[in-house]
Amino acid sequence: MDQPTPSEHAARFTLPGLKPFLAAGLILLLALLFLVSLALGSVAIPVEEVARILLGQEPSKAVWVNIVRDFRLPQALTAILAGSALGIGGLLMQTFFRNPLADPYILGISSGASLGVALVVLSVGTVTTTLLTGLGLMGDLALAAAASLGSALVMALVLALARRVAGGMTLLIVGLLVGYLTSAAVSLLLYFSIPERIQAYIAWTFGSFSGVTWDQLAVMTPVVCAGLAAAFLLNKPLNALLLGEQYAASMGVNLLRVRYALLLTTAVLAGTVTAFCGPIGFIGIAVPHFCRGLFATSDHRLLVPLTILVGAIVALIAALIADAPGSRIVLPLNAVTALIGAPAVLWVILSRRHTRESFT
Amino acid sequence: MMSQQPLLHLQDMSAGYPQRGGARMVVQPFSQTVAPGKLICLIGPNGAGKSTLLRTLAGMQKPLGGRALLAGHDIHRMNAGERARRLSIVLTQKMEVGMFTSGELVALGRHPHTSWVGRLSAQDRAVVERSIRLVGAERLASRFFNTLSDGERQKVLIARALAQEPDLLILDEPTAYLDLPRRVETMALLRDLARQTGLTILMSTHDLDLALRSASHIWLLPEGGQVRAGAPEDLVLSGAFEAAFHSAVVAFDIESGAFRSPSDGAERVLLTGSGVQRTWTQRALEREGFTVLTEGPPGLPEVRLEEGARCRWRIIFGAEVMICASVEELIAGLRTFERRAEASSRK
Repeated sequence: MDQPTPSEHAARFTLPGLKPFLAAGLILLLALLFLVSLALGSVAIPVEEVARILLGQEPSKAVWVNIVRDFRLPQALTAILAGSALGIGGLLMQTFFRNPLADPYILGISSGASLGVALVVLSVGTVTTTLLTGLGLMGDLALAAAASLGSALVMALVLALARRVAGGMTLLIVGLLVGYLTSAAVSLLLYFSIPERIQAYIAWTFGSFSGVTWDQLAVMTPVVCAGLAAAFLLNKPLNALLLGEQYAASMGVNLLRVRYALLLTTAVLAGTVTAFCGPIGFIGIAVPHFCRGLFATSDHRLLVPLTILVGAIVALIAALIADAPGSRIVLPLNAVTALIGAPAVLWVILSRRHTRESFT
Repeated sequence: MMSQQPLLHLQDMSAGYPQRGGARMVVQPFSQTVAPGKLICLIGPNGAGKSTLLRTLAGMQKPLGGRALLAGHDIHRMNAGERARRLSIVLTQKMEVGMFTSGELVALGRHPHTSWVGRLSAQDRAVVERSIRLVGAERLASRFFNTLSDGERQKVLIARALAQEPDLLILDEPTAYLDLPRRVETMALLRDLARQTGLTILMSTHDLDLALRSASHIWLLPEGGQVRAGAPEDLVLSGAFEAAFHSAVVAFDIESGAFRSPSDGAERVLLTGSGVQRTWTQRALEREGFTVLTEGPPGLPEVRLEEGARCRWRIIFGAEVMICASVEELIAGLRTFERRAEASSRK
């Protein structure tokens, strides 16, 4: 490597450093985790039986079909969608703010979504045993819409303020204050609400992949996929933005349009996931860093697909741990993601070389 | 006969910032025509508005009045994509990008030429390679940008701007963070680029000496915003150069083409001899506060340069003679004579 030949130079800058074996390994890992998460839970089902169910054949116990089809499969799919969405949301915000510690909720998106959901749950929703089932499909749509709208409104507010203030730090403080405002509003709603609804709301804030039904997936899947597709379309301006807004503008990037596209995409992704799964932390901040570190690149043409892949993997692992296989306990998902995520973020902060090469 | 179309044509263009109750005009209206292949240095004291003028020409802000035509097209009316294919910039601020190799960074310059996917065609790759070659950064291409020195980074950033294949390259103080040899190198690189590729380069700089030596044209922007443009030598000979930078403590020495802080040395010294040794001896003496004369009344200490392989100096003061082997000794010697003269005058 000391004396690269000209052809190596060419290889270096025409094909960004995709490590094919690593990428293939990650895809394999995702497939494996998917199968394992279908097999493990309060009842263990042999993997070959899971495979038979997936292929539409009869397993040795009929009840397994229900377990896999009605509970574990939607949960695994939800985890994959949510992990990808949050990872991408984090990647977009980290690039947009040129800040390694940005996440999809950085500007109070989750607070906005919480407020939206709180408004629906605490004031209009009918209360049943689980939060979402009682509302039916229209209720899901209402929740998703409320959460997305809440997050989009917060985003718009922060953006409007951002035009008046300069500097990322000010912007982050603005986001923080907006967060306080919305949580104050949520507190007021909680204060005037009845215990059953409050409990339902609190359960929502723990975060969970397991409450999502096929009907809800039918809403969540196209919305998340649209958001992910938008991220692919934004690859090129995202790369230009890494050089800073002035350079990006000088290369013909329409800053205003890209800014709105980025914020809208993040708001939709984070808002939808938050609506169906609750506010799930840490995946959004940790996954993009893993990908940058793993593949030693900041090229979004690589980072976007990788973040989707790794986000899905991390979410599946978190869901597996939260389910505590072999027991009847279900841990709060947010506690698990934080337990995995916090050390990861610490590692990012402490390994200075990595952080420096990422941003700063 | 058709005359060659000017590359850059400014028509009564003024620059500044619109404000309530009238604009704050930083650069007064001026007209200029620039042919392709020129290196133009924009110089002027701090705060005179160099950056404002550059930002305006780069299309980052609208002019207050008049227009700027690039190859016949109004810079401020073309869309961002078209402007990006005609004009590229190198900014002065230090840049931290993510984990990109220099080659990948240069390839980002193809942005306005590639499709929405950003995939490089064979031709794009050829342009990237040529840009890297033009700045002499072949050996840097596979290294991570963040591991490069300031001078190397500047080369890569210039290559990135070249990869946009612009007609006009605008650089804001490209030599600001560099050490002196790197400044000379960067300046030579830009001059050669302009000459060899027909690219017109407009750069702001504080390196007046380098600008005077390298630029084909100088735009002088003094406080007040009246741009004076011309060949460097014309500006010097007409006195415009000194007028723009003149202050109480700094004067432009038209003989040497350099700025110096004139010290009204109370002690006068005769200096005889010539060549490199003389130049540097004179600098040392002036720094120490002596007024250096070539001829003068008797009774002054005289410094004579000794002929020979090694540099030696001879101080003659009245009947006394002292041989010095270094400038340091020379200064010390002159100080001794000075003190002795003072002591004797007091008696």
